[in-house]
Amino acid sequence: MSELLKNIIRFILFILVQVFILFKMPPLHRFVTPYLYFLYILWLPFSLSRAALTFIGFFFGLCLDYFTKTPGLHAAACTLIAYVRPFVIGLLISQEGADKNYVAPSFVSMGWAPYATYVVVLTLLHHSYLVLLEWMSFGNFMYFLGKVVASTAVSLLLILLTELLFFRKQKFRTNTI
Amino acid sequence: MRNVFLFIGRHFNFLFFLVLQIIALSFLFRFNKYHEAAFLNVSTEITGRIDQRYNNIEYYFQLKKTNEALVQENLQLRQQLKENYEGPDSLRRMISDTIKVDTGRSILKYRIMEAKVVNNSVTAPANYLTIHRGFDQGVRPNMGVTGPQGIVGSVVNVSKNFATVQSMLHYQFGVVAKLKNNRETGTISWNGQSPLFVTMKNIPKSVKVNLGDTVVTSQISSLFPANLMVGTVAEIVPDASSNFYTLKVRTATNFSTLEYVYVIDNLQYDEQKRLEDSTRKKIQ
Repeated sequence: MSELLKNIIRFILFILVQVFILFKMPPLHRFVTPYLYFLYILWLPFSLSRAALTFIGFFFGLCLDYFTKTPGLHAAACTLIAYVRPFVIGLLISQEGADKNYVAPSFVSMGWAPYATYVVVLTLLHHSYLVLLEWMSFGNFMYFLGKVVASTAVSLLLILLTELLFFRKQKFRTNTI
Repeated sequence: MRNVFLFIGRHFNFLFFLVLQIIALSFLFRFNKYHEAAFLNVSTEITGRIDQRYNNIEYYFQLKKTNEALVQENLQLRQQLKENYEGPDSLRRMISDTIKVDTGRSILKYRIMEAKVVNNSVTAPANYLTIHRGFDQGVRPNMGVTGPQGIVGSVVNVSKNFATVQSMLHYQFGVVAKLKNNRETGTISWNGQSPLFVTMKNIPKSVKVNLGDTVVTSQISSLFPANLMVGTVAEIVPDASSNFYTLKVRTATNFSTLEYVYVIDNLQYDEQKRLEDSTRKKIQ
């Protein structure tokens, strides 16, 4: 399957899963919102340019926003992590050159520790910005802190499960061919 | 001029990011204030269709609860029939004050339309419902929405065949309600904590309030007819710094199992609003 087709299918699946499964779940606590959809942005290929990445982030977030009737909320957070993503990747794998030899970030292409750091940093960033925007319209500081911590923990658990369930095989590509 | 282009060229990614952020934030703040956003009508139509597909399946799992709610509502309405009331004293005459629909057209104030709920959320801090009835079927923004057990919210956005309803579980929702016993009015709002409870404010401490007292809509509210069920008092929070109680009210509506709602069209609202607006202008 071509990389483009794969990503289009993922786009639709991630939004549907987020809207019709994760948002429909009975609430555990008001601090816990199970977010998984932004994993789509973390899984995008290395080869995308910065501008393309930022735009995809914006568009992806906006699509989700129209389902949840919060235009701009998820779009702002997704644009931020899509923009920051190349910097984080650059910091974490600058020496190995994995971004040339593999298609997309994963445990295989980046190694366990750098990939885990990459996921944790972007998840935390996404949640902080998202809850900050919510906090600006209502709530207090405890709401902000509690929701960021609780939602990040749940998101990381969900991401770990997704990574284990849908293990992405990554072929090592050399530029000799 | 050349330097400007060079600057844009060099920092294109960052500027592009800034532009998208500003668009997103302007969408968000505009929507929070006026409930308007670009492409919202088109997108409501599309997401509504997808929601409807999902709801077709999900509805089966709720049939039992929906049925029970409707039977309860029927029971309550049947109890109000004139034939159910008869005193042993034949001199005492019962006068039915129910108006026949045909003769009541000119004084009809509230027209009620049924609608199917296709999407519903209770977990977010700002909850909305999507109903499968839109502009073409007579729904307009600022109409009240009630369920079989109690009030639900108000319409904020309408597309061709679907409408978005701001649920009572929304931090911006507010409606005037009264205690059924002593007709003391207060305002209902939601603090975002539990989908089972809303808050009622501005009840003076001189009023006697008991746990379990019924809270109903007030005739002052233009969204709803008077005496629609809102909920029951679950907790009385005495606020030492003010002369008013804050009441925790258990909502009559179970928001997570809502399948059918009624949209209420206040036919006399336009005239009332025009009068009130012109009065406000005169005072200024």
